[in-house]
Amino acid sequence: MAQVHLRKIVKEYEGGVQAVKGIDLDIADHEFVVLVGPSGCGKSTTLRMIAGLEEISGGEIDIGGTIVNDVPPRDRDIAMVFQNYALYPHMTVYDNMAFGLTLRKFDKAEIRRRVENAARILDIGMLLDRKPKALSGGQRQRVAMGRAIVRDPKVFLFDEPLSNLDAKLRVQMRTEIKKVHQTVRTTTVYVTHDQVEAMTLADRVVVMNHGKIEQVGPPQELYHHPRTRFVAGFIGSPSMNFIPARLEEAGSGLVVRMTDRAVLPVPAARTARYAAHLGRDLLFGIRPEHLTEPHPNEHRPNIAHFEAAPEVVEPMGMETLLHFWVEGHEICARFDPAVEVAPGKLAAMAVDMDQMHLIDPKTDLVL
Amino acid sequence: MSASAAPVPASYTGRKLGSLRAERRWALWTAYASLIVAAITFLAPPFYMLVTSLKSSAEISNLSGNPWIVRAPTLENYMELIANPLFRGFFVNSVVITACVVVISMVISVLAAFALARMKFWGSQALATGVFLTYLVPDTLLFIPLYQIVGSLGLLNSIWGLILIYPTLTVPFCTWIMIGYFASIPKELDEAALIDGANWMQMLTRIFIPVALPGIIAATIFAFTVSWAAFVYPTAFVTTPDQMPLTIGVVSQLIRGDTFAWGQIMAGALMAALPPVVVYAFLMDYYIAGLTAGATKG
Repeated sequence: MAQVHLRKIVKEYEGGVQAVKGIDLDIADHEFVVLVGPSGCGKSTTLRMIAGLEEISGGEIDIGGTIVNDVPPRDRDIAMVFQNYALYPHMTVYDNMAFGLTLRKFDKAEIRRRVENAARILDIGMLLDRKPKALSGGQRQRVAMGRAIVRDPKVFLFDEPLSNLDAKLRVQMRTEIKKVHQTVRTTTVYVTHDQVEAMTLADRVVVMNHGKIEQVGPPQELYHHPRTRFVAGFIGSPSMNFIPARLEEAGSGLVVRMTDRAVLPVPAARTARYAAHLGRDLLFGIRPEHLTEPHPNEHRPNIAHFEAAPEVVEPMGMETLLHFWVEGHEICARFDPAVEVAPGKLAAMAVDMDQMHLIDPKTDLVL
Repeated sequence: MSASAAPVPASYTGRKLGSLRAERRWALWTAYASLIVAAITFLAPPFYMLVTSLKSSAEISNLSGNPWIVRAPTLENYMELIANPLFRGFFVNSVVITACVVVISMVISVLAAFALARMKFWGSQALATGVFLTYLVPDTLLFIPLYQIVGSLGLLNSIWGLILIYPTLTVPFCTWIMIGYFASIPKELDEAALIDGANWMQMLTRIFIPVALPGIIAATIFAFTVSWAAFVYPTAFVTTPDQMPLTIGVVSQLIRGDTFAWGQIMAGALMAALPPVVVYAFLMDYYIAGLTAGATKG
């Protein structure tokens, strides 16, 4: 078990292309940290630098109190689970899991004890004599995790481990990974492009974009208090709506004017926070789940109403998604499936203004 | 463009629609016909050798009758050959040369291919291409300079000279096959091994060689065939029968004066061809898989 510290980590490829642009990150002992971001954001490169599979162009990586910049992967005491499992095809499941221990000259009884223990945790005891080609995708992924567990390393590294699985199995294995972490409590760094995976697994999520960290925080904090437009749009599915709007004064308070028909009052608690931006053109951000049908006995304060005609209605079973356009921007609303809505017919909408965000389009920062 | 409907050509309306079954039958017949022609072309010479090897000298020299038919089959040619210590010597020489060449070729080419395919270093790509280019130089061009080299080492007229120079034919192509095979092994496999604690040599012996076994078998078969069937180099470098391999021993030593012992020559050639046939029969699938590995694996 160990802490991991990244200090001003840079990865520069030949030709001066920077994949990682000087990131700082402190990972606590036992913590499950997920690096998430779109393709090419530098998350996998960062993980591979921690593993020692990529050389570090600048900065320092500290694992368990040792600077490991020049330490080869085998001496970093880490274990890694790859996207395509990377099981040795000519070895049985047992040998795959035992390989790292055999190379480290553990005695046979100890190897057997560890492999059987890992097999019990992952429920793959009956597969130990099989070769990888005789396993399903989910079973292979378990073996790959087993190979990491038996080593009892300081840090687990996961590189998009669920990307090759079908949707149903992915959800199942996600739970499995969380369960394993709760059992073994090893410090874990997990890379994914799937924000749902990040939200469900992580103690803390690290959102990366263009080789930089956009925001680090617990999933709920990222969801409710995104610091940048990128994080606001990346976390949450369907993603947050952004509508150009002007902040105006109305009586003693403020309003957000999107069109003449959609003028929404800003909650009084936020007046002081936004006052400095009066009269500016900003982006109004609201998540689809906070743009719903009006409730007949509404008790929540700060609910604003307007009407719009959805152009597309998508019944999802547990909810219905409505898509409509305001000033050329597509907006998504999340309705109760029991509410009847039809494309082209005006529908009343309720906006939970306590959940609104205002974004400065110049800096992309959430105000 | 006119909006009116264009008249349908008469030939179009009257055209008979093709039938899948007829097309398939036509394709099958063509395939069978060309395969039969190819099989006859390639099998006729060995069949003629077999027929001749089963005839007595008297029957071979008798020009009347059909030469493709044996009237009185006999194994005397085979018996005489097996009893001939000279022929047994050729056989032993071929076995020793081939065994040594295969081992040397495989050790060099597996190590070279692993380095060129996996240890990315400056110039590795150019070196890999260079290795293949050396394979394109025909051996008929090389034997004069090689003669000087082998001569200066004092290895002329010795099987050890042949063992030294055959790898110049086998190593480039074997290395090329192995580079293709190693390159088709996912990169994550060596990364997993690195993290598991393997060094480069352990990675090669514990992971790459077992995984690339079909490729290694393909390269081994190639080295075996080249070495067993080599003709130009032994003709140039070996002069006495005790150092000759089968390929030149059979054609140069089974002639008494100006008389060709055709029955024995054919029997000797057939027996010489037997080991490659056996090897190919059992390992054909590996050979093909090895040659096409780079092309089919994603």
